[in-house]
Formats: sequence, structure tokens, C-alpha cells
Amino acid sequence: MATRIFACPSARLKPEQLLEMFWLMLLSRRLDERAWALHRQGKIAFHISGMGHEGAQVGAAFAINRGVDYVHPYYRDLALALALGITPTDFMMSLFGKKDEYSSKARQMPSHFGSKKLNIISGSSPVATQVPQAAGLAFAIKYKQQTGLLDPDDTSQPRLALACLGEGSTSQGEWHEGMNWAGVHRLPFICLVQNNLYAISVPLEGQMAVPHVADRAAAYGVKGVWVDGNDVLAVYDVMAEAAQRAYRGEGPTLVEAKTYRPVPHSSDDDDRSYRSREEVEEWKKKDPILRFEKHLMDEGILTQEQLDEYETRARAAVDHAQHAAEAAPDPDETDALGEVYAD
Amino acid sequence: MTVLTLIDAIKQAMDEELERDPRVFITGEDVGKRGGVFRATQGLYDKYGGTRVVDSPLAELSIVAIGIGAALADLRPICEIQFADFIHPAFNQIVNEAAKMHYRSGGQWRVPLVIRAPYGGGISGALYHSQSVEAFFTHVPGLKVVIPSTPYDAKGLLKSAVRDPNPVLYFEPKKGYRAIKGEVPPGDYTVPIGPARVAREGRDLTAFAYGMMAHYTVLAAEQVAREDGLDVEVIDLRTLLPVDKAAILTSIQKTGKALIVHEDNLTMGYGAEVAAVLADEGFEYLDAPVRRLAGPDVPAVPFAHTMQEFFMPNPDKIAAAMRDLAEY
Repeated sequence: MATRIFACPSARLKPEQLLEMFWLMLLSRRLDERAWALHRQGKIAFHISGMGHEGAQVGAAFAINRGVDYVHPYYRDLALALALGITPTDFMMSLFGKKDEYSSKARQMPSHFGSKKLNIISGSSPVATQVPQAAGLAFAIKYKQQTGLLDPDDTSQPRLALACLGEGSTSQGEWHEGMNWAGVHRLPFICLVQNNLYAISVPLEGQMAVPHVADRAAAYGVKGVWVDGNDVLAVYDVMAEAAQRAYRGEGPTLVEAKTYRPVPHSSDDDDRSYRSREEVEEWKKKDPILRFEKHLMDEGILTQEQLDEYETRARAAVDHAQHAAEAAPDPDETDALGEVYAD
Repeated sequence: MTVLTLIDAIKQAMDEELERDPRVFITGEDVGKRGGVFRATQGLYDKYGGTRVVDSPLAELSIVAIGIGAALADLRPICEIQFADFIHPAFNQIVNEAAKMHYRSGGQWRVPLVIRAPYGGGISGALYHSQSVEAFFTHVPGLKVVIPSTPYDAKGLLKSAVRDPNPVLYFEPKKGYRAIKGEVPPGDYTVPIGPARVAREGRDLTAFAYGMMAHYTVLAAEQVAREDGLDVEVIDLRTLLPVDKAAILTSIQKTGKALIVHEDNLTMGYGAEVAAVLADEGFEYLDAPVRRLAGPDVPAVPFAHTMQEFFMPNPDKIAAAMRDLAEY
């Protein structure tokens, strides 16, 4: 059975770190909302949302060595990407498919995050393909440490690999094979499953016969933990423990962050066909941003005045990003021909 | 010069690359203590240890995916798929992931990965230990596909594959592992990925082939030279992707007649692309229809020896096809 970890590293986070976490969650939400609006206005072709997942993602990002450790994300990881160093303008350039867009030169659909300089691996759209690759990244870390190519204490180098995916993706054979390698070789690997209860329309019980994704970890000799994914600090706590286990060479962890997607799967989906409005409204009350906001205010870390200022800043950042992307040139037609092979 | 078998040349290339670059490692099923089911990695586990010669779980997609991840982290994995027939579970990782990573990241990420796999029939391996799978992958931009037919090329091309910044599929004609012998210089040399090789010069017609069929085609050319006075040029394609159009066109300018030989089944096989290059850019040099000699369009090589013999091209069948084309 999965176990809960009761250590509490989040108690050591400083107020400015907590406020940065809150800022990134808020910025991600406002950027995401703008993307939906741009799609409704017919200005962009596609959006896939990370709404509701911001707590799980920012909690995870702050627990690892951001921009250094390998991250192999999935298409809902907007808040994670922002926390790792992707900018709102980067994201808007992806939405509009503009020349020299940061992740793929506008070859991929939006939200396929990737950046060599931030050690974010470019992902594809078939789900779970990133899991065995991330195990391979973790394998390389361990290999380099064992063969003297890497100093295990060098914090300027990657010391773990994090893969993210949804609960539906854990039905894939690729997930199984990646988890199996991670377990067999005790790799410095974290698999963060953002369980939002639906794989497009198919609910959790149509994907697996166990109540928690984390229960599956036992089959691989991997530590399994589930956590309230709408509680950013709780996610931080379990992720920090998982990261420390990886850094210490104690092996992989499967973290299941239980959350909810309060919007359709993508701009092409209509979720009214598979779930009730009442259910969605109930979950919106558990929104990770509202929850963290209340916590920070109760603790006297965030004031209404600061919150208003964050909202103003977020709006300005999103406006600026949108305008910059709209003004940027489209790719040349022949940009389709580049980078088929590396030199 | 030392005379080595094909498989010993492959092993020597891996040994020297492991020695040369600490980022090189091998993984696959039974590659460790067992030294591979064909013995391609024999002795390497004892020499380099289990950290660098790594027995994998029995799961092909993750053999490749672990290799992709390690390559992204700047290691130089050599992944062995025990038989090419077993590569299909890894198809998504090869075609959707390794091949597209450089393009889909706008040139940021690269996958310097080698996937080795024994392929081909004639060893009583039946449907699932005899397949030729190259045509699935030669259709995929972003991959390189290499098939050696001599020990010299096997060593030099494998070294080039290890040092290439792209994913390279390196298919080995397993029927020739011990049957094909040749001179291999000791120490380091490479054979570049890309250019085909003129295996035998000739004037009357050109036979294009690769792998075991290149070996057979040279034997057949010698046979028709002896018996019929025919002077056949043999082009060992050896790199299938990228396509060496220049070598194809240079030879057809000289001979005017083309026979393409492969043991993969005929329809949509690699010969179709060679024929298309000839039709498109070599049309005015052709003096005869482009002919293909290939396996029949059945799902795979059957087990019983009669049916296997029927399926496989061999020197006699190739010689007959040469005579037939020469008479046109």
C-alpha cells in the first residue's frame, strides 16, 4: 500500500519563497485564461489547459533543483514550465506559432514545453512516451556518477529526472516499462502523476482497478505516495522527500497528486457530455490558488493590497506577452525543412 | 591485416568504442554475462563490467527509450534488439521519439543513439527470427539506417554510428555473422555513413544490394562472369538512409541496366525507392526495365526448409536474374 510521508519541509520555506510560489500559480492561471479567451476569439488554433493543476506543479517544481534537474513534462505543465523559467512570452509565441518560438520553432502544438538550457526535454503528444526516457535520463545520471563522469554532490548538474503525466497515461505500457527500469536500477527518478480523475472523458475507474495510482508503485519496488494535489505545500513536502531520496541514491518515487481539471480537456473538447456541472462547481471550491491565497492571508504573509498588485502585474505580463507574440513574424515556409538531422 | 568474421568485427568495434569513450555503454537482453545470444558482446561484460554492459529487462521499447534518455543526457548508448523481429514494440520510441526529437525541439536536443539488430532469414528462424525490417525505418526522416555486408564495413560503420549525433539503426545480416569473413585492420578507422560502395566494377549491368544479399550478389556476379562472360557491377548500398542517389545514378550511367536485390518482400521494399530514383533521375540512361529480385509478398519467412529456400534469394537466383536482364 502507498504510504503518506509526514516530514514537513515546507515549514522551512521563507515568506518570499511562498509568495513566489503563489505568484507563479496566479500568473499561470491568468495566462491560461487568456489562452482560452484567444481561442474563443478565433485568434489561436488550439489550447490545452493546466488549470487546477497549478498547486501540484508549482509544489513539485520548488522541490527540485529548478532549471538544472531534468524534467520531462506533459502538456498540462504550464505552471511547472513557468516555475522552471519559461516566460509568458515564450508561451504566447507557442500559442500563436511564431518564428523561432522557444521550444520547437513552432513545429509542435502549443504546450509541448521544451528547453535545452533549462533541461526541459521536448515531449511528444502520444502519452507516457516520456516516462521510460526520463528513466533513461536518470539512468545516465547514475551511470555518470558511478563511472566518475559526474560528482554526485555537484549541484550545478542534474541529479534527478522528473517525469510528469496524467493518471490515464499510467495505463500505457511505456509507463510500466519506465517504472520497471527505475525500480530495477534504483534510479534517481520521480514520476509525478497528476490525477485529475478523467482521461478526456474516461473516469479513473475505467483506467485502473485500484483506488490510488500510487498503489501501483509497489509492483515495481518503487516508493508510492499520494497527496492532495490542490495543496501546494503538501505536494512540496512529498516532492521534497522524493527529491532527497533521489539525491541520496535511495531510488525512485511515484508521487500521485490528486487534483481536478475544472475545464474541458482541450479547446476541442466539451466536458458537458461526460460530467455534471454540479461536480465541476464542487471542485472549483477546492481550487489550489484560492486555497493557497487563504492560507497565506491567514498566516499574514499576503495582504489584500499585495494580492491586488499581483493581479495587476499578472494582467500586465499577460498583455505584454500577447502583444509581443502577435507582433512577432510567422515562420518562413522553408523553416519546415530545418533540423531534420543534427550535424 | 587480420581476417575476422562479420560478428567479430562488430564486437571489435564495440570493444574499441567502449575503450575510447567512457560515455559509450551497451544495453539489451542477455548482452551481459551471456555475451548476447549471438555472442556479439562476448567478453565485454568481463572487460568493462555491469555498469557499462547492462542486461536489460525483457522489454524492447524501454531498451530503446532508456537509450534515448541516456543519449539526451549526452551518453552514447548502443542498444541491442535481440532479433529485428522484436523491434516493433519499440517502433513508437524510434519513429515518434528518437527520429523527431531534433526537429521537434528546433535543433536543441539530439539523440546520439545506436540500435543494433540482427535481421534476415535463411537460418530456420521462421516468421519471428527472420524478418527484414529496414523499409519501415528508411521511410522516416531523422533516422539513419545502415546495413553492412563485410567485416571491414561492419567495424567502420558501427564506429561511425556510435560517433554520429543522430539515431542510427544498424541492422546486421545474421546469416553472415560467421559465414562472411574478411580483412579488418587492427585499431581505429571509420567508414562514413552515407556513401555506397562499389563492391565489384562492371560494364554490362548494375546490381544494387545490401547486407547478406550484397554478399550473395558479388558471388552471383562472379558466377556469371565465369559462366557467361557477363561483367556485372555490384553496388553495396550499405547506408540505406540517407539514400546515396549519386552512387545509384553514377553506376546506371555506366551500365544502363539495373537489378535490385533484397530479401525483404517485394512490395514497398527498399528496392522501390531505388527504382524510383532510377526512373526519376536516371531515366535517360536506362536501356532496360528496372528489375527487382526480392522475397515474395507473404507475411514472413516460413519455417520448413523447402518454403524457406523458396522465399530467400540466393546466388543462383540472383545469377539467373542477371542473365535475364543482360539479355534484354
